[in-house]
Amino acid sequence: MSALKIKKGSTSHSAYDLRDPHSEVEASHTLAVIVENEPGVLARVIGLFSGRGYNIDSLTVAEVDHTGHRSRITVVTRGTPAVIDQIEAQLSRMVPVHAVHDLTAEGPSVQRELALFKVVGKGDQRIEALRLCEIFRAKVVDTSLESFVFELTGTPDKIDAFADLMRPLGLKEIARTGVAALSRGF
Amino acid sequence: MTAKVMTGAKMVVQALKDQGVEVVFGYPGGAVLPIYDEIFQQNDIRHILVRHEQGAVHMAEGYARSTGKVGVALVTSGPGATNAVTGLTDALMDSIPILVLSGQVPTFMIGTDGFQEADTVGITRPCTKMNWLVKETDRLADTIHQAFHVAKSGRPGPVLVDIPKDVQFATGPYTAPEKAKVSHYQPRVKGDIDAITRMVELMETAERPLFYTGGGVINSGKGASQLLCEFVEATGFPITSTLMGLGAYPASGKAWLGMLGMHGLYEANLAMHGCDLMINVGARFDDRITGRVADFSPKSKKVHIDIDPSSINKVIRVDVPILGDVGHILEDALKIWKARGRRVNKDGLAKWWGQINEWRAVNCLSYTPSSSTIKPQYALERLEALTKGMDRYITTEVGQHQMWAAQFLGFDEPNRWMTSGGLGTMGYGIPASIGVQVAHPEALVINVAGEASWLMNMQEMGTAMQFRAPVKQFILNNERLGMVRQWQELLHGERYSHSWSESLPDFVKLAEAFGCKGLRVDDPKDLDDAILEMIRYDGPVIFDCRVEKHENCFPMIPSGKPHNEMLLSADADAFKSGAVLV
Repeated sequence: MSALKIKKGSTSHSAYDLRDPHSEVEASHTLAVIVENEPGVLARVIGLFSGRGYNIDSLTVAEVDHTGHRSRITVVTRGTPAVIDQIEAQLSRMVPVHAVHDLTAEGPSVQRELALFKVVGKGDQRIEALRLCEIFRAKVVDTSLESFVFELTGTPDKIDAFADLMRPLGLKEIARTGVAALSRGF
Repeated sequence: MTAKVMTGAKMVVQALKDQGVEVVFGYPGGAVLPIYDEIFQQNDIRHILVRHEQGAVHMAEGYARSTGKVGVALVTSGPGATNAVTGLTDALMDSIPILVLSGQVPTFMIGTDGFQEADTVGITRPCTKMNWLVKETDRLADTIHQAFHVAKSGRPGPVLVDIPKDVQFATGPYTAPEKAKVSHYQPRVKGDIDAITRMVELMETAERPLFYTGGGVINSGKGASQLLCEFVEATGFPITSTLMGLGAYPASGKAWLGMLGMHGLYEANLAMHGCDLMINVGARFDDRITGRVADFSPKSKKVHIDIDPSSINKVIRVDVPILGDVGHILEDALKIWKARGRRVNKDGLAKWWGQINEWRAVNCLSYTPSSSTIKPQYALERLEALTKGMDRYITTEVGQHQMWAAQFLGFDEPNRWMTSGGLGTMGYGIPASIGVQVAHPEALVINVAGEASWLMNMQEMGTAMQFRAPVKQFILNNERLGMVRQWQELLHGERYSHSWSESLPDFVKLAEAFGCKGLRVDDPKDLDDAILEMIRYDGPVIFDCRVEKHENCFPMIPSGKPHNEMLLSADADAFKSGAVLV
């Protein structure tokens, strides 16, 4: 942390690029990659990450414009400022890529992930799970006498927190979608 | 007018014709038979039958590099496609526009492990700029037109179109090039004027400026080379180039410092280390150029002109990045520089040239001559002297001979020098020379080779014979993997692990076996006559030039060292004994 209390790697609060290009500090960045929805595009994008040794912390992809055949790939990656710049440049030069947005660098953004939790238990454990579900505003989407499936939407942190609480209460399985993100405002 | 309906196979040939393709290098097989049937029934496109698909792709590369056009190769499914992988990777690394068309098993058999099935688009995805599997005949012509557009736009590169056999047999409407879907892929060619102005400002005051140019100048076209020459002549700035960029500025030009890099010239590397303004035009700070990154040209402001955004700040952080096409940017820069009064720092430049001339006086390419054995450097000096001024194209294999060729042969025009730079593909030279010769039937095409590299694709001599490509294979034969041997001598305690070849073929008899001419020389006195005989012979020649076996290539910047820790031949013994390694 600098004297200005601006977190290293953050440009969200300034008109200037405050990232030190020589910094060795790794930071998490959420990239939105708009691609032509044609066969092999996802493989090409993922191949770039594995081939050049970049990290993928989370990945979501779906067609978002059915008439224009555009898909949106949201990828959460991690790296030094130089690596993040390089990832952005490598993505943007790909033939089927229309646009790349570094949502972390470009300004505040909304990040959401959906997760399903299967929790198996009886008696007090089951009541406690349901209480926590209400606190987290999760939904019960399936139930049997000894199990629940909860649906929770939120930031990855919130989902992690809920998973931690469910673990001693009989958490059996989690399915997570990965992060979908949009910039705030317009 | 409605589109003409035809088979997919016919579409392939029609699309190639419409794209101006005159020659295809290929090898038939089950999955491309319908296309070969169409090739048989026409005379507009010439087909060169290769002996191995790797040869086809390197030929397409040689063709592309010597003409500036897209080179085309045609291969069958499975092994045909996998054999093309090395060539595709080579073209990707060196930014060469080529199109590979591959056959594929019928769509209904894809995924069944059919005979000669391979996941070609999967295998070639990381080694192509873009590739496509075409599953509908209706989209075939459009895809081929797109492929040409992608191959030659922006930073050029290899593309592949995989065509299942049933798509070749089925009929559909043909899409003419002018009707093809407009691609969203339109890389920016004009540079940012503010950035260009900033570069010009730096040029006006720099005391020790240097142009560092690369293959991007050649890829940008002949106009870019002319603009570069004009700029260099007008400013009086010194210029060096990467292996890939040789010929963009003439080697006979007075501002020419020679090639830079690991085996670059002393004056070029020290100028890079000592300059205060580096103008990188279409080069990419390859590790063979930079040496140790932390000590790379520590005192310079750096300008980088490149059409590929990922090249900028990838290895070396630069002060003035300019994204766009070299030709367009040089044109704007020249205009701005002239409009601002053609200023340079004359005093600074005079001193700088004084320093450079001192470095030049070191005469870093000097070697110990011999009257009994042919020194490889001497062989290339004689080749240069006896072929200079001819309509000459040079290809190379990879290794010591390649570096000596870059040091001792001079190129006064772009597109005259074809070598595998980025990937360092042994076996590149013979097929590349054939590709060049096919494009320039009357020219003198010489492949400067080492015997080890040359053997990797020597089967292509059959292609040269069949298609009367009178390529000259100038083999510097030291019976060693010379560059490997050199590293083992200097860096691995002289333990020569598997760096020599026993039972090499008799190259003269090999020439006879192929039906071409073989020449062997081992006495320096006979060299000139033999080279002249090679040049005069109307047909392919295999020239076995027996050279000194243990010659090392200098100067040399050992891997991971900075430019100013370059070894000259005189330093080598000290280096070996550890004196320089402390």
